[in-house]
Amino acid sequence: MRHLLDTKTLSRDDAIGILDVAEDMADTQQREVKKLPTLRGKTVVNLFFEDSTRTRISFEAAAKRLSADVINFSAKGSSVSKGESLQDTAQTLQAMGADAVVIRHGASGAPRTLATSGWITAGVVNAGDGTHEHPTQALLDAFTLRKRRYGVDSRGRDLAGVKVTIVGDILHSRVARSNVWLLETLGAEVTLVAPPTLVPQDVSAWPAKIVFDLDEAIAAEPDAVMMLRIQLERMNAAYFPTEREYSRRWGLDARRLAALGPGSMVMHPGPMNRGLEISADAADSPRSTVLDQVTHGVSVRMAVLYLLLAGERGGVPEGRGLPDRGEMPRTMDKEDAR
Amino acid sequence: MSTRTVLHEADIARALTRISHEILESNKGPDGLIILGIPTRGVTLAHRIATLIGDFSGTSVPVGSLDVTMYRDDLHRNPTRAPQPTSIPSGGINGKVVVLVDDVLFSGRSIRAALDALQDIGRPAAVRLATLIDRGHRELPIRPDFVGKNLPSSSEERVNVRLAEVDGEEFVTIEGAGASKAGES
Repeated sequence: MRHLLDTKTLSRDDAIGILDVAEDMADTQQREVKKLPTLRGKTVVNLFFEDSTRTRISFEAAAKRLSADVINFSAKGSSVSKGESLQDTAQTLQAMGADAVVIRHGASGAPRTLATSGWITAGVVNAGDGTHEHPTQALLDAFTLRKRRYGVDSRGRDLAGVKVTIVGDILHSRVARSNVWLLETLGAEVTLVAPPTLVPQDVSAWPAKIVFDLDEAIAAEPDAVMMLRIQLERMNAAYFPTEREYSRRWGLDARRLAALGPGSMVMHPGPMNRGLEISADAADSPRSTVLDQVTHGVSVRMAVLYLLLAGERGGVPEGRGLPDRGEMPRTMDKEDAR
Repeated sequence: MSTRTVLHEADIARALTRISHEILESNKGPDGLIILGIPTRGVTLAHRIATLIGDFSGTSVPVGSLDVTMYRDDLHRNPTRAPQPTSIPSGGINGKVVVLVDDVLFSGRSIRAALDALQDIGRPAAVRLATLIDRGHRELPIRPDFVGKNLPSSSEERVNVRLAEVDGEEFVTIEGAGASKAGES
């Protein structure tokens, strides 16, 4: 794997491969010493053009647990605010010897531009671009779903038949987009619930069912309800009359929580607007996976950085993807022992 | 290309039986033993040895697997390897006598990685090394405590271990470019 830019083009085998490596990474996080020497001497740059705390520290923790050096570059107060272009920034990082660039950018497609431009040889990980994708969030959500459902037997499994309902601001949500593609690839059934004003135009082309009424969606007994954050910073038009009305019609309150089946999970990518899209009852209930998602986020990002950086770079042709555990040639699993 | 079978199924069984007895003898019984296999085939061998030790001593010994992928020193020179699961028996390894089990001992680099991995898991009282095949060519000061068969070989030759649980067939072969003159001393 050279880059991780989206989940739309991620194959089922590659996705399961990442989730399985994440299982191994999660196991190592139970140890006395959590730090692995695997990426010693590699440099990971967190290049953040948009504000983010959670994703950045999650990537930072993941890189540090693998012994990589981490350089945090945020656009605020940097040369970018002086007018430097993405190209110049990228070439500066290249000159400093970055092995991987984790990029968050307000413009959809910026990570792809970075990866395909030829400006840098580093691996590029999309940490959220505009309203396009946020692949590691979708991977950690899938990991959480799989872990809750299958526990220690998770390895190698997909999410066939799992019903996931995604609720909220679908229009602005890159998390929703990444999840729709990945969940579809893994065989889950996705239902989107949103006010009509927050449903994107092109949604008919998505592999998901659209419902406008949350109670109707909950009555369908989903295995997981994923509440999206209302992105007030992007609400530059009147998408719904008031926050109270949104909360009443599309918020996960105590009554709706009680109506959910006993086995269903409540997910939220964070940060939560308590009292708006999710009530404290739902956020703090044992069904809530919010903190699991944070923990799993580190494991999944460790897996992605491992797969991007641990093997020889450049020699791996595009599209070769991840090694498939099942089909790995026998001679590869312990080359130097022969 | 010549391929020669050096161990048949019965030879492997005999070697493992002897190794199990030797482990018990050197440890003066099964107390405090933990058998950890290095994936893939080391894990299979570890389970067999643990079963044999259990049969001989009447006490079952904990057995697990220790993946060393993320501790290797050659990761960046090879295509990305998928790590394998590590499972440490409950009770951990602190103060125990850990017996690492691998199928083929060659450069010793896997074992170096295994020692690093162990260090992150706990502090055993001692670490021993059992291997089905020792083919020489060590690159590090590492030696096995229990050996199934010493197999002097040339570094151009390949040693293949096949085990029923993993491969559906069971034997050890050595294959080399143009007979095995150099390594057969």
